[in-house]
Amino acid sequence: MAGTPATPLLKDELDIVIPTIRNLDFLEMWRPFFQQYHLIIVQDGDPSKTIRVPDGFDYELYNRNDINRILGPKASCISFKDSACRCFGYLVSKKKYIYTIDDDCFVAKDPSGKDINALEQHIKNLLAPSTPFFFNTLYDPYRDGADFVRGYPFSLREGVPTAVSHGLWLNIPDYDAPTQLVKPRERNTRYVDAVMTIPKGTLFPMCGMNLGFNRELIGPAMYFGLMGDGQPIGRYDDMWAGWCTKIICDHMGLGIKTGLPYIWHSKASNPFVNLKKEYKGIYWQEELIPFFQSVILPKECTTVQKCYIELSKQVRAKLGKVDEYFIKLADAMVTWIEAWDELNPSGASAEVRNGPAK
Amino acid sequence: MSQTNIGDDEVDIVIGALHADLTSFLNEWRPLFSRFHLIIVKDPDLREELKIPEGFNLHVYTKSDIDRVVGSSYTAINFSGYSCRYFGYLMSRKKYIFSVDDDCIPAKDDKGLSVDAVDQHITNLATPATPFFFNTLYDPFRKGTDFVRGYPFSLRSGVTCALSCGLWLNLADHDAPTQALKPGHRNSRYVDAVLTVPARALMPVSGVNIAFNRELAGPALFPGLRLAAEGKLRWETVEDIWCGLCVKVVCDHLGLGVKTGLPYVWRNDRGNAIESLKKEWEGVKLMEEVVPFFQSVRLSQAAVTTEDCMLEIVALVKERLATLDPVFARAAQAMADWIKLWKAVGSGSGSSRPSNG
Repeated sequence: MAGTPATPLLKDELDIVIPTIRNLDFLEMWRPFFQQYHLIIVQDGDPSKTIRVPDGFDYELYNRNDINRILGPKASCISFKDSACRCFGYLVSKKKYIYTIDDDCFVAKDPSGKDINALEQHIKNLLAPSTPFFFNTLYDPYRDGADFVRGYPFSLREGVPTAVSHGLWLNIPDYDAPTQLVKPRERNTRYVDAVMTIPKGTLFPMCGMNLGFNRELIGPAMYFGLMGDGQPIGRYDDMWAGWCTKIICDHMGLGIKTGLPYIWHSKASNPFVNLKKEYKGIYWQEELIPFFQSVILPKECTTVQKCYIELSKQVRAKLGKVDEYFIKLADAMVTWIEAWDELNPSGASAEVRNGPAK
Repeated sequence: MSQTNIGDDEVDIVIGALHADLTSFLNEWRPLFSRFHLIIVKDPDLREELKIPEGFNLHVYTKSDIDRVVGSSYTAINFSGYSCRYFGYLMSRKKYIFSVDDDCIPAKDDKGLSVDAVDQHITNLATPATPFFFNTLYDPFRKGTDFVRGYPFSLRSGVTCALSCGLWLNLADHDAPTQALKPGHRNSRYVDAVLTVPARALMPVSGVNIAFNRELAGPALFPGLRLAAEGKLRWETVEDIWCGLCVKVVCDHLGLGVKTGLPYVWRNDRGNAIESLKKEWEGVKLMEEVVPFFQSVRLSQAAVTTEDCMLEIVALVKERLATLDPVFARAAQAMADWIKLWKAVGSGSGSSRPSNG
């Protein structure tokens, strides 16, 4: 059997975006895997506080003052006092790929006891195609040691470009507040050795803790919404971005993978605080899911930005009735795209060559 | 929806015997099979007498039983080869069926422990499926896990699981071209997950290791798509793929679930992929028509049972596929015959569409 080629580092093509309000001590553990990459730190909360970055990392750091200065009035679309502010990092990045990770996520070990290089796995996931049109029962067929199963049409075996790589977490699972309250001691100890494409037409809850994506393909869709200070909701930023992103990926013929890599999630946030933040979301998502499941993007939406603007119109028209928050959010979605186009003038989001997929 | 309790007496294990000597096969499975009732169906093409070890509670069906029950009224249905097991599904009176190929033995998991495939399939069928939204921690009803943040609460009760598709270590179920290209390739990756295949997502269902709710899925599992040169190796068939697509389309329409993943079985090395390439080529070509067809099937509101759904699919096969290749016209006829046969002989009256929720 031929030897597996090494995964390219992509060190000049990938930025690591980290939102933080506390400190970046966790980077010490990630040093062997992250040190070669450029970091974009988005400092949330009090801008007068100094966040110390461990020595030896190449980084740029933005606090609220920077965000206001760079975006001017458009800064209103970037959340304050919520990790949703991380999407500012996507906006200012000049790289093709983004990896974003929370500051309470550490290096996990695989079942053999070896440290998991999460970034390397995300890169593998992003560089290999996705297979959204037909489910392969042996999961990602492009992985070493796997392949397509009997019955999988050959015409679908080339796959489509992968836009997003959604990683998972060992130890503290990403549960909502009610589940956390009922099962405070549950830990995720199950290492599932799989990467798989989420089928076209299927929505999923995207967690922003351990996430990689191709910024050129899908960046403008990765807006993390209006959360935190002054907003009626929190802890739905990544969910919102995930639903928008999945709809647009399905429309554009791009793929989203989930599964490996695992990171070790160390901090369980306070479930009572979480409940207050999520409360409205738990009710609203009952309206949001049918909304997203029924979204149809017209053929004329041939770029991610056009898709996103169209989506904002539908949010305004159909979700505005649920709560006026969604009218504000629709406005913010438009502002985000304006900011994106302003900061990325070369039209970074490419039109899909043959137009959107059916 | 809470977990259903499935008793041993509600399960039949149906084995299609393509090999006469089942001694070592049944002895390997004995610890897992001995408490269940077994139905062994002998491939009607097999001449030799079956060799079956003592100590099992079983019933054997042979060609003469098939001829007697099916008679000459259902000429489109051919039970030879891998399709012989469907006769067992027809004759069973149990609510759940587990079926495994006779060249498979129990597997060991990634910790070296024996996998109880029957128990895992039963658990999969007894717990709800979640086809309407993808849970990133996979089956939320498994011990030690749950629904993740962002999973709508109204979708957390799930729906009935009608089909449980297991996997294979060692010789995975690849087609002949794939296996021929990588003759040494063996599946050694144990993926510790069960997951629901989302609604409207289709997949290739392998008949090598499956379990199902007979009342819900039975009418959709039948000898339908028979290749002209169909043989006695899985590489030389696509009949299970066809059935699986029917089952998935029906389940999606009726609001039922299909799970995939655990359990694994160990599939013994058998056959030569390169030699099978010639026969299997037809199957590979047909998939190019079959998959888009099933992706486009839309069933009417009037179809509220599995049988109703299957009759609509038959009509669509006749309308859209039959002209492309005579194999599809024969499949449509076989499907129509099977539904009549199921109504006449199979017990239970099929499922009604469960209430949404």
